[in-house]
Amino acid sequence: MKVLIVDDEPSILLSLEFLMKKEGYRVFIARDGDEAFDIIRQEVPDLLILDVMMARVDGYEVCRFVKQSPDYQHCKVIFLSAKSKEKDIQKGLDLGANLYIPKPFSTRELIAKVNELNILPKI
Amino acid sequence: MNSLALVVCSLLYLCLLFGVAYWAENRPQTGRSLVNNPYLYALSISVYCTAWTFYGSVGRAASEGIEYLTAYIGPTVGAPLWWTIQRKIIRICKTQRITSIADFISSRYGKSRLLGVMATVLCVMGAVPYISIQLKAVTTSFAVMTGHSVSGTSASFLSTQALVISLVLALFTILFGTRKLEATERHEGLVTAIAFESVIKLIAFLSIGVFATFFLFNGPADLFTRAAAAPSLARLFTFSSSASTTNWFWYSCLSMMAVLFLPRQFQVAVVENVDEKHLNKAMWLFPLYLFLINLFVLPLMFAGKLMLGPLVDADNYVLSLPLQYGQTNLALLGYIGGFSAATSMIIVETIALSVMISNNVVMPLLVSRPGWLARFDPPSGTPSRRGLVITIRRVTIVGLLLLAYVYYHYVANHFSLVSVGVISFVAVAQFTPAMIGGLFWKRGSRYGAKLGLLMGALIWVYTLIAPSLVTAGLLPDTFISEGPLGLTFLKPYELLGLTGLDPIAHALFWSMFFNIGGYIWGSLNWSQRALDQSQANLFVDVFHFSRTTEQTTPWNGQALTTDLRSLLNTFFGKEATQRALDRYIQRNQLEAGSAYADPRLVAYAEKWLAGAIGTASARILVSSVANEEPLSVDEVIHILKASQELMMVNKKLTRKSAELQQMTQQLSLANERLKQSDEQKDDFVSTVTHEIRTPLTSIRALSEILHDQADMDESMRQEFLSRVIRETERLSRLINQVLDLERYDSGRYHLSTERIAMVDLVAEAVENVAQLARDKQVTLEICPTQAQPFVDGDRDRLMQVLINLLSNAIKFSPADTGHVTVCLTLRDERVNLTVRDNGVGIEPDVQQLIFEKFYQANNQTLRKPKGSGLGLAITKKIIALHYGQITVNSVPGEGAEFTCSLPTCE
Repeated sequence: MKVLIVDDEPSILLSLEFLMKKEGYRVFIARDGDEAFDIIRQEVPDLLILDVMMARVDGYEVCRFVKQSPDYQHCKVIFLSAKSKEKDIQKGLDLGANLYIPKPFSTRELIAKVNELNILPKI
Repeated sequence: MNSLALVVCSLLYLCLLFGVAYWAENRPQTGRSLVNNPYLYALSISVYCTAWTFYGSVGRAASEGIEYLTAYIGPTVGAPLWWTIQRKIIRICKTQRITSIADFISSRYGKSRLLGVMATVLCVMGAVPYISIQLKAVTTSFAVMTGHSVSGTSASFLSTQALVISLVLALFTILFGTRKLEATERHEGLVTAIAFESVIKLIAFLSIGVFATFFLFNGPADLFTRAAAAPSLARLFTFSSSASTTNWFWYSCLSMMAVLFLPRQFQVAVVENVDEKHLNKAMWLFPLYLFLINLFVLPLMFAGKLMLGPLVDADNYVLSLPLQYGQTNLALLGYIGGFSAATSMIIVETIALSVMISNNVVMPLLVSRPGWLARFDPPSGTPSRRGLVITIRRVTIVGLLLLAYVYYHYVANHFSLVSVGVISFVAVAQFTPAMIGGLFWKRGSRYGAKLGLLMGALIWVYTLIAPSLVTAGLLPDTFISEGPLGLTFLKPYELLGLTGLDPIAHALFWSMFFNIGGYIWGSLNWSQRALDQSQANLFVDVFHFSRTTEQTTPWNGQALTTDLRSLLNTFFGKEATQRALDRYIQRNQLEAGSAYADPRLVAYAEKWLAGAIGTASARILVSSVANEEPLSVDEVIHILKASQELMMVNKKLTRKSAELQQMTQQLSLANERLKQSDEQKDDFVSTVTHEIRTPLTSIRALSEILHDQADMDESMRQEFLSRVIRETERLSRLINQVLDLERYDSGRYHLSTERIAMVDLVAEAVENVAQLARDKQVTLEICPTQAQPFVDGDRDRLMQVLINLLSNAIKFSPADTGHVTVCLTLRDERVNLTVRDNGVGIEPDVQQLIFEKFYQANNQTLRKPKGSGLGLAITKKIIALHYGQITVNSVPGEGAEFTCSLPTCE
């Protein structure tokens, strides 16, 4: 299982990377949308954990790219954003995201949800 | 010459005159009106030249020398004044429908009936002698032509003849002037006939003058040489004495006034005027006419003196000269000329007087006593007053001519033409104060006019009429020589001991003295009624009112439309009334068919009536139907005040509504701003919470991991813990900045200022960020400077600014090749602090936006690199608190340059 974590906050990247590795995922990290595109094309991750607000290309763009391209139909997307307004959440879900988790989040909850998401299609 | 032939000639001439009038009257229907012509107007004004001029000038010159000229110098000198005086009178008469001088005075002074009567009486008293000398001239010329002896005594034959002439002229005048009742009293035919007569008399006089000068003598040079040779004639060339100069002055003044206010002059120049612009031409044409008709007066006088015996009356030279030399036809022409001069005067004068008498004396008397008026009504059918008015006028004309005949018979026969004429002039001059004052002085009042007119008239009677009765043998001689009852200071020719003036100048002086004095004294000592004031305004300010608006004193009552209509019907007939009222109602868009007449309609009806029966009568008649509650001064003041208050209230309202509108606008603007600032506040709050969430998220995630993962290795644990600390620091920094900004924004922040040496401050700041620069391998440099600028400021805040700018510069500079420079420059009492880097630079379209708080965050989902987004906003606030400005100058890709400009202290 490949997980790509995209965020511009180093502390968040660090903690998410630690958690995902602990769960046994192969973890890739990107600090903005551009970097994310490169990794998506190269590695074709199964799960994206996306921040919304980033320099140059934002999380919504990345999500749209993934969801519209036939190559990445299996890829699941989780938004993890400080933008917690209803319309922001709705926008993320409309773009096809599987989850939208507002910051600050509970690490345990996040892990539980990620696992749940990855188990479901297997069933 | 055969008297029958002469009678036939005279009658034929009268018929010709009537033909001219008839032709002119019926012409307007076919073409342009003849009267609408300045030349005709000027010629009609020349009715001024009567038999006095035609026969009397020569006679006057024979006795007094060139003094006869004063009667023409006055009008000539005064002609330019017409533009101010005559034009104003014309305008007033047109707007007020005034038809005579008595009407004018009555109307001007509060539509006073008494004044109208006084003016009329004075006019009649002045005019009757004047008419009588015309009768005398015609009668005498008739006698001269037929060869009858002319002596001072009144032979019965001549008397009868004069009476017949009077009656014929009365009949003719009636035919001319009173055929119909006109609202404007304009007589086109009459005016044309008068102008025609002016031409005839000029031609006749010039012909005889040319005959005498060039046929009896060899031109003027010959004539004057021979006259100068005769010792008895030499004195006539010059002023007779020093007193004469004074007399000249008074005589000229007299004629100047007379030409304006003689009833006949008023009739032709004002009432018959068609267009004010005609005055322009008349102002020089009329003096020219006077010049021409006087050209041969002296030659004729000298010729008469040299060629005719001393027995011939100088007043008759004009006819005697051609007759003496057998020029019968020329003499006949002269006779017709003289006849023209006399008849034109008689016709115009009696018409003017008859209008005056009927409108200002008889009609007011009748209309104020409805019982009397009713006696003239026909036994059945609707009563018509038209016939009544016309009958009154006809009777008046006959009466006037008979009066003139009586005066001629008893008095005028004993005097020369001019001396009687001049007496009339003095009478008419009495109108001057009331007229001129009425035109230009609003305070001129009824009492003043009455007093002035009365005193002037009394002096005139006492100093001129009474002595003439002495000459006629009706008063004892001692009246003149010793004064009445031996009171010498009352001697009529030397009143109050004034000597050195001839009787006319003397009378003029005293009558004018008392007249003007009475007028002014009366005006200043009695207040005006409301009606007087409004009339005074309408007259004096006539040029300020527009031509179209109705100029009347407002009516203060209600009149039934039917009453008004039936009143007008009786004077103008049903059809004309209907037409006129309908037209007025339509033109002024009044409400038709209402039971009560609009006040404007009432005013119009009054004015219309005034044209036909005079101002005072019209006032009485209309008030009889209008039930007017008299307009008291208090009421007028009340109305004025009310309208003033209304105007003020109106003004206030306008201002208030403008203010309200402005306030509404301001309110909506404020509302807009509030909404905006509310949105900003919203944005700010959401941005702050967002910014706070970011480190909070990190702290929570990191600490949860630390808490849950007991088996973390030590270095990892250390790393996590230090990150938690850093994120906590970041969080508190952010909170501090938000609070700072809030304090600056609300103006609650107070700087603790001190004198700061900028060079030291910069050095300290650079030291503070030196580590940051070294970490990133960025060179940090301070420009060398000689300047030692000082700034009054808050050291900590300015340090905050500097560090913020420097750390931003370092942050955005490329690692290794980065280069940051700080410079201090002094210009115009300001110190410029510049921080320059060679980093990515700032796009031009966002250069102003970066100073806004959370500009980074505001840009939707895209995050600008690094920082809380409050640094520059705070920097800008601090600089502003120091009365400075911060600007940015940047080329993207080449770096940015921030400059703070601060005022120095010396």
